[in-house]
Amino acid sequence: MTKFGEHWEKGFRDLVIDAGIKAIGDAGLQGNEISAGYVGNMASGSLIGQEHVAALIADHMGLNPIPVTRVEAACASGGVALRQGYMAVASGMHDFVVVGGVEKMNDLDTNEVSQILGGAGDQEWELFMGATFPGLYALMAKRHMHEYGTTEEMLAAVAVKNHEHGSRNPYAQFQNKITIDMVLKSKVVADPLKMFDCSPITDGAAAVVLAPVEIAKKYQEQPIEIVASAQASDTIALHSREKLSEIKATQIAAKRAYEMAKIGPKDVDVAEVHDCFTIAEIMAIEDLGLFRKGEGGKATLEGRTGLGGEVAINTSGGLKAAGHPVGATGVKQAVELTWQLRGKAEGRQVADAEIGLAQNVGGSGATSVVHIFKRV
Amino acid sequence: MKESIPLTWRRIPERYRMKGNRCLTCSTAYFPPRTICPKCRRKGKLEFLNFKGTGKIYSFTEIHSPASGFEEQVPYVFAIVELDEGARITGQVVDAHKPEVKIGDRVEAVFRKIQSDDPEGLIHYGFKFRLVK
Repeated sequence: MTKFGEHWEKGFRDLVIDAGIKAIGDAGLQGNEISAGYVGNMASGSLIGQEHVAALIADHMGLNPIPVTRVEAACASGGVALRQGYMAVASGMHDFVVVGGVEKMNDLDTNEVSQILGGAGDQEWELFMGATFPGLYALMAKRHMHEYGTTEEMLAAVAVKNHEHGSRNPYAQFQNKITIDMVLKSKVVADPLKMFDCSPITDGAAAVVLAPVEIAKKYQEQPIEIVASAQASDTIALHSREKLSEIKATQIAAKRAYEMAKIGPKDVDVAEVHDCFTIAEIMAIEDLGLFRKGEGGKATLEGRTGLGGEVAINTSGGLKAAGHPVGATGVKQAVELTWQLRGKAEGRQVADAEIGLAQNVGGSGATSVVHIFKRV
Repeated sequence: MKESIPLTWRRIPERYRMKGNRCLTCSTAYFPPRTICPKCRRKGKLEFLNFKGTGKIYSFTEIHSPASGFEEQVPYVFAIVELDEGARITGQVVDAHKPEVKIGDRVEAVFRKIQSDDPEGLIHYGFKFRLVK
């Protein structure tokens, strides 16, 4: 993957090619073994005026004439692209598949980018009415606080923990530590969410190479197995959901993933979850069954989700500190977990990590995709 | 986000008159209206239903970093309202600030300007909500 951040000197194609070359090299391949590619990308048409990016990537990566396909599922584009690649290999259709994720977001100003990201919600019935994405997650936060007594300090603890993790990750956009007080005193964006409860606007790309385990072993000393891939959908508009204090699509995808991997939440050593806003991480760790419903905030405040805690959440720094180039995020989660399971996450390694879980959400929860990874 | 004239025109029945629908099979009310009932699918039968526009606040926030076109209203209270017919909808709560609003408060829909394109352009109307004292 590339470093996540503000890449003023690099464009879309520079980022994605950089990540792709690193992934193919890491896999021990020359490149000509690869027979298909998938790329997660949410909004290149709006952000840089370029559509048809799968063909652009195939061309500039030197992958022609293999098929490369763009996958869009808002902020879950990367996770869903990974799932497409997984299915392509699992089906026997392809032996070597490269999966990338990329977003170039800093070529426009913040207001324009925010409007474009709003397209992940219901344009006619949420955005038109004055909704913003922080606003939608604030509506969830308010409801979670109302139902379970979650506090602003608990939300802040997510950001503090993820910045602490980010300070250990050289690929993270933000490597500075923050305090609960700094979060609480930062500018209100959509009450109760403040600036430090929100993930940033980020340029970046990530990529992985997939192959059947027996074949992968011949090329890579430490291949990591994807033991489950599950995805679920829910209503596009937040107001149509059964509850606002949970993301049901995550609960459903997680249940299927645990069944497929034949494991339970207690077996997870390390997880990368979708903390686009601090409340999202609290809901994620509950919906994934890692903590009981309503106790995610308390568990975070008590340090149970940090390095050395019961289960390390977002060792990369998460979307909050590592950054959130939307199409790349789901693939970055797979990269971070690969490093963790190989014992190569220097400075932030979870001791003897064997099983990792990634959860990637699109919009306010209309798409959720869960993958489980295991050391071979 | 700016909307096209045809899009705004198509949405007039829903946005001006809160025209939704209800499934006769399962009695679920939908606003905005749906083309099929997701619960009953092929067995569903949808008929039009005019919503009264009354309900209560299910969740709310106060937005300080506005959506494009809402800059002059900052900060504004924004809510998901549970309508009395059963559906929930998103909208602005006017004439109120955060300390005055609670989950469960009664609200009613009011007809308001939502956005305008530019001084010479289209004015997009629709519903907002206000607290019922």
